[in-house]
Amino acid sequence: MAFGPFLLLALMEGLVTAAVLSLAAVGLSLVFGVMRVVNVAHGEFFMLGAVIAWFVSTMVPGPAWLAFAAALIVAPVLVAALAAMVDGLVLKRLSYNPEATILATIGVMYMIQQAALSYYGPDARPVLAPFSWRLQLPWFGYSGYKLFVVLAAGLVLLAVWLGLTRSKAGLVMRATQVDREVAQAFGINVGLVYRGVFALGAGLAALGAVLYVPISQAHYLMGHDPLLLSFIVVIIGGLGSLRGTLVAALVIGLSDGVISMFFSPTLAKILATLLVGLVLVFRPQGLFGAKE
Amino acid sequence: MTGGRIWALHLAVLVALLAAGLLLPGYHSTNLARILVLATFALGYNLAFGYTGLLSLGHAMFFAAGMYGAGLPAWHWGWEAGPALLTGAAAGGLLALLAGSLALRTAGVSFMIVTLMFAQAFALSLLYFSDWTGGDDGFAVPTTARLVFGHALSADVPRFLAAWGVFALGLVIALALVCSRFGRVMVALRENEERARMLGINPYRAKLQVLVISGIYSGVAGAAYALLFGYVGSSFASIQYSILPMLYVLLGGAGTVLGGVIGAAGIFYLTEWATALTSAWLFLVGLALVVLVLFLPKGVLGWVRAKLWRNLP
Repeated sequence: MAFGPFLLLALMEGLVTAAVLSLAAVGLSLVFGVMRVVNVAHGEFFMLGAVIAWFVSTMVPGPAWLAFAAALIVAPVLVAALAAMVDGLVLKRLSYNPEATILATIGVMYMIQQAALSYYGPDARPVLAPFSWRLQLPWFGYSGYKLFVVLAAGLVLLAVWLGLTRSKAGLVMRATQVDREVAQAFGINVGLVYRGVFALGAGLAALGAVLYVPISQAHYLMGHDPLLLSFIVVIIGGLGSLRGTLVAALVIGLSDGVISMFFSPTLAKILATLLVGLVLVFRPQGLFGAKE
Repeated sequence: MTGGRIWALHLAVLVALLAAGLLLPGYHSTNLARILVLATFALGYNLAFGYTGLLSLGHAMFFAAGMYGAGLPAWHWGWEAGPALLTGAAAGGLLALLAGSLALRTAGVSFMIVTLMFAQAFALSLLYFSDWTGGDDGFAVPTTARLVFGHALSADVPRFLAAWGVFALGLVIALALVCSRFGRVMVALRENEERARMLGINPYRAKLQVLVISGIYSGVAGAAYALLFGYVGSSFASIQYSILPMLYVLLGGAGTVLGGVIGAAGIFYLTEWATALTSAWLFLVGLALVVLVLFLPKGVLGWVRAKLWRNLP
């Protein structure tokens, strides 16, 4: 393949990565922004979404799109419910202390991982895409489903943005983010907002995983990379900033696609992780965030 | 006055550990050797986290730096255990100096994430340079390198004695350090950095010194692990090995000299027991972490200090 088409392929792959990544990262960013909690178990919520999608696909008979549609609803709801439970049983009791919650969510991460290993097993299992249309370009064929993932991620992000900026619930969330105590004084049930935000963040990760799993496979360790990359995206974009998260997801996704394709995936990850460390050291507000 | 009692307690613990290792049958003395090496790692972690309040999620990179710093010369050039241990210690300290000089510009949650990211980059680099490091598979340290004064470290008794020696030296130095003036500086930085700065302490420099000491401890532990148990692998650089010393310290008691060894022994036998009981031992580790954070945030010795012995260092 010539250089041009090869670069195009790398960019398209990168765009798909960016789409999935932005869904996973936006949940992490919301949780950090509103609750100031760094949720290390976020990658496991992603993994659970994929695993639940597999279970749903084996249980729902009929065409692949039906099972996929069912998974799109079932997985985020179940994962959000689990997250709400974690919030009630653990995070709330720690009064959302930033450092204690990191330690506790590390524990939760291990528990979810082990539970998946015990009940789902160590194998990677495929989930069928809802349709198998291919886009035929002059140089190579490309999976139409991957383009659908990009489109769907865009729609979900748009919905999140509209919800945050235009709805009452979004207003309440933003008020809690800006000043928890004043929000409480105005009669906002902060505990409920936190629980909702934590569940929403986990649900978004699960949704991203359901979209992602037909491209990849469901595996109990698959939460690791999304967690790392989401961290990278959230930090480079500026903690708690939605627009920054989106831009950073595009930058990281595209450069990951290009570097992985032309050099090696490991090198891409080394550079990305180093970049995050250095961004936090030298520009703590993120590359795109405003100075406080 | 209490200084004498404190030293007597710590020396008694060392003697008891020595006796246990020599008297117990081979299986337990090997376990104890492993526990003591991990406890040395925990000692170093505790100096940073427990005493100085530096919550790092990247200590696996210092441990692994020591491991590879000792293992690579032994593997490539056939170095013996003594010099290899020193290069391992140096590797841990140097990496701590490098990572710390950047990471210490941040604090709190940012510090946790920066150290985590550096450790990830380090672990990935070990995979990337697989021609040199053996990549995913790691490598076995050649038996010819595992010699100290002609004694093979693969045998039970020399292995235990070496582990005990490393731990004993580490414990004595740590105890002297935390009882010294510098030890009070460390605690002051943990409790109130602004006030420490007002008293004329340079927080950045002091914290960097602590982190380098902690890195040397971790490097020595990693090097000893490689030389005593004969295997070097990139899995030791994974985040799990940053979490483990934190677990040990949280269980035993953050900011206590003996907390590390109590925690290491506790977690070791808990996983041992859980592995025999169920294959889902990782679940229990996670549960232990959550339960500790929720119900025993000060650890065993932290509780002892609060209730029984206020001056326990």
